[in-house]
Order: sequence, then C-alpha cells, then structure tokens
Amino acid sequence: MTPDKFISIEGITKRFPAPGGGTTTVFEDLWLSLKRGEFTCIIGHSGCGKTTVLNILAGLDVPTEGAVIVDGQAIEGPSIDRAVIFQSHALLPWRTVMGNVVYAVSSKWSRWSKADQQKQAQKFIDLVGLTGAEHKRPAELSGGMKQRVGIARALSIEPKIMLMDEPFSALDALTRGTLQDEVRRICVETGQTVFMITHDVDEAIYLADRIVMMSNGPDAVFAEIVENPLPKDRKRTDFHKHPLYYGVRNHIIDFLVTRSKIFAAEVQGGAFDKRHVPVVRPGVPVAVAASTAPATPPMPGLQRSSVASG
Amino acid sequence: MNLPMGVRAAILTIAIFVAFMLAWHVATQGSGPVAQMDPEYAKLMGKTATQGTSAMPGPLDVGSKLWEHLRQPFYDNGPNDKGVGIQLAYSIGRVAIGYFLAVAAAIPIGFLIGMSPLMSRALDPFIQVLKPISPLAWMPLALYTIKDSHLSSIFVIFICSVWPMLINTAFGVAAVRKEWLNVARTLEVGPVRRAFTIILPAAAPTILTGMRISIGIAWLVIVAAEMLVGGTGIGYFVWNEWNNLSITNVITAILLIGVIGMVLDQILARLTRLVTFPE
Repeated sequence: MTPDKFISIEGITKRFPAPGGGTTTVFEDLWLSLKRGEFTCIIGHSGCGKTTVLNILAGLDVPTEGAVIVDGQAIEGPSIDRAVIFQSHALLPWRTVMGNVVYAVSSKWSRWSKADQQKQAQKFIDLVGLTGAEHKRPAELSGGMKQRVGIARALSIEPKIMLMDEPFSALDALTRGTLQDEVRRICVETGQTVFMITHDVDEAIYLADRIVMMSNGPDAVFAEIVENPLPKDRKRTDFHKHPLYYGVRNHIIDFLVTRSKIFAAEVQGGAFDKRHVPVVRPGVPVAVAASTAPATPPMPGLQRSSVASG
Repeated sequence: MNLPMGVRAAILTIAIFVAFMLAWHVATQGSGPVAQMDPEYAKLMGKTATQGTSAMPGPLDVGSKLWEHLRQPFYDNGPNDKGVGIQLAYSIGRVAIGYFLAVAAAIPIGFLIGMSPLMSRALDPFIQVLKPISPLAWMPLALYTIKDSHLSSIFVIFICSVWPMLINTAFGVAAVRKEWLNVARTLEVGPVRRAFTIILPAAAPTILTGMRISIGIAWLVIVAAEMLVGGTGIGYFVWNEWNNLSITNVITAILLIGVIGMVLDQILARLTRLVTFPE
C-alpha cells in the first residue's frame, strides 16, 4: 500500500431499480484515492450521489459494483474505524453530552474502566469547547453545540477517517464559521483524515486540501480534483484576500454553474478516463511560480499539473 | 378579574361540583304524596310509597357511607361482608398480576414484531382478529380450561391488556429513527446492546403510552369480570350491594373505582414523562 492510497475507491457503481422497470444509475465506475491525513471535500449538485458515496465509505450502504479499500482492507459494513458526523447531529436525546460521547468511547474500548472512558470523553468534550456542558441533554443545547457533541463523539474513538455529511449546513453563518475554525484546528493538529460533503464553496476552500468536483446525476462522475493552492496556514480572517483565492473560487463556481451539467457529454466523448481523474491547480499563473506576486487577482488560468495516481 | 388560569379553572371546578351536589340533594329530598295503605302491604313497598322520601340516596348519605368505609376499610365479617379496602386490594392484585404478565409477554413479542417485517406480516392477521374480541368473551373458555375463577379473571385482564402494549411496542420499535440506528451501526454496537441502549430508550415513550392505555382497559374490565366470577373484588362488591339494594354502597364503590383508575393512569403518565426526552 502506498501512502497515497490510504483510502481507495475502486470502480464503485450504484444503481436503483427505476419505478417503471429497468434501473437508474446514480453513478458508475468511480475511482478516487485519498492520502492519509488529507482533508477532502466533495462538491456537487443535489442528486449526484455524494451522500451515497459517503454512506458507502461509512459502510452504511453497499455499492452495486466495485469496492472501497481502507488501509489495505476492503470495506464490509460499518466499522468503528470510520466515524460519521451526521448532518442532523444524530445525538441520543436520552443521554447527556457526556453520555453521548461515552457511548462511542465504550463501544470502542468496552474493557476500559468507567473512569478511563469518562476521561477519554472529557478530553474531547474539552477539545470542542463544551467544558461545563457535560451534564446537559441535547435538548438544552443550541444547534452549534449539538454539532460540537457530534464532532466530539466522532473524534473520541480516534477514527482512521472522519466522514462528514454537510455537518454545518443546518447552522447559522456565525456558528458555522466558528465550527469550521474548530474543525480545521483539530484536523491540522491531529492529522485527521477527513472526507466531507459540502455545498458551500468557501467552506471547501477554507477546509479542504483537495476538492472533488462531481458532475450532475444520473450517471454522475468525479469530474475533476481541485488541489487547493492556498497556503496550509490560511486563516479564516484573510484567506479570501489571498491572490489565488478568486481563481480557485471562480473555477469551482464555473464548474457548478455550467460545466457540471454538460460534463456527461465530455464523458460520452470517450476522452475522459474515469480511473485517472484530472487534477487541477486553478489560479496558479506562471508568474507566481517565479515568485512575483501580482497586485490584482490573476485570471483563473488552468494548469493541468498531473493526474491522480490510479 | 385577572387571576391565573389555574385558579380560575379551580374556582369553576368547585362551582360545578357545588351546583351538582345541590341539585342532587334537592332532587333526592322527595315530598311526593303518601298513599294510605294496609300495613302488611306497606311492608312490601319502598320508602317512596310509604314515607314520601326518595329511594335514591342523597349526597349526604353517600358522604357518610364513604366516611364509614374509609374509617374501616379492612374489616372482615365473612364472605359477604368485607371492608371496601379488602375488595379493592383483591381487584388491584388481580389487575397487577394479569397486567404484569401481559407486559412480560407483549414487550418481547412487540420487539420481535417491530424488528422483523416478516414476523410483523406473519402475526398481523392473528392480532387483527384477536384484538377486537371483548375480553369477557374469553371468560367461559377460561373457566372451562383453567377451572379456577380467580385465575380466570387474571387471564381476562391479561388478554385485554396485552394488545395495546403489543401494538405500541411493535410500532415504537419499528419507528426508531434510522439515524440513531446508524450511530449504533457505525460504532459496531452488537444486537443485544443495540436493543437495550438505542431501541428500548427510543421506543420507551411509545411503549409506555401503550402500557397506559392497557392499565385503563384492565381497570375497566376487572369490575365486569368480578361481577361474573364473584367472591371477592370491587366488581363483586358492586353487584353484591345491588342485590342488597344498597344504592348508597353502589355509588360509594363507583366513586372509589374512579379514584383508583385515575391514580393508576397518573402513575403511568408520570412514568411516560420520565422516559420522554425532547430533542
């Protein structure tokens, strides 16, 4: 196993029986590999099958064809090594904050003493900034705090990979910002591998190392992988002022608004290789490579750098 | 008047109560004409004909009778003269045994039905046919097979309280939120632990609602069942006092049945609140 292929999606296909007989293909023959410690966001329109891909990674759904290999092992059902943060937080309302996190900890380390399980839970409750709210029940928490509990629960079992399905979409803009900061801080500190679905382009640019663009369904494909050219130490306060920011943003928006619809034609043309999804670093002009930063945002020139290792 | 709603409701309750008591009191005074009749014949007639008073007891009669019962609820002067407390204890005991047997049967079977769509479909016809049967219709069959009137009345309580609990448990278990089950799946929680830590707490409010419906039905049915089987119990007491033509005792018993039923219902309502958590 190469370090580049910590998680390897290998030719997965999902089909559903269509209402009038026959089948509907949501997506077909998807290939993608994720590196250890990498933050990957997936962006695409509703109905392209993003959530299905995530559920397959979680083991909650099975592909009609193909397989997913995580750390050298094919996924066969859900595993405690892959934590899921649900869009609707999915906390157990009859348990306290501590109870919810301990539930996960005790599922992973059932032989630990109660005190050790609580210690582990407390560590992650502190990490997400919920110290003092341990004995509250989910109903007493705000939406942002609930999602923090969800994050603490996922992190407390020290998973190999964290899968997040639009974790912040139900939150207000301010709370979302703070939580994005927290998640980014925690992931950078712990080197957590993350696969996240989002609809928010700025969120993807702020959080992700690589952004996977998915074309519209049915018959959706991973159309392109955008490598985030912004520096790793970017800050929420000024990442949108970076000279490369608009290049990336425009490229993604352009894809979502126009290219995602017509991408199917490109695939039909036969030139598209599903096994080697093109990797782009938009907004990186030759001038930057020569280390002379331009005063105005550069045109989103496309530089096809390499292809994903298949 | 700007009194809080609770106080206003209480005033209205008391007003209605007083009005009803007054109307009852006046209606049972009775001052009808008294016919002159032969003393031998008068012995065969009721008080209405001979003295002009109503045969229906007034609220004061019932009140003093109630007080008499409450002062000495547990006396025992032989089979046909036991304190009302003893009779109620017999009834509550039968309801408790039949009800808890029903809980023990309905919750596991309800779990099975709720978790397995196959079992749900397979058992549905039986439930649909058995559920609408009046529990008293089972009584002859129970007496014939069990050959014990006490056990038969317990069986009748069992059979009447089992259905609401069974149906509610199956529904509650089948309706557990998918995302909670997914939490358990992603944490690799085993089936037994999942049943006790996810499904049971999630379905508990629905199960307890079923249990609350059942205890109400059981308390309704025990009175009728005891009228049939006789011997002991508040239902037998009511029927016995009817045979004694003691309407005062019948009304007293009716009141006590109502109060006990309310207490049973409130206990279950409290328990339901204990296991219900808002999200």
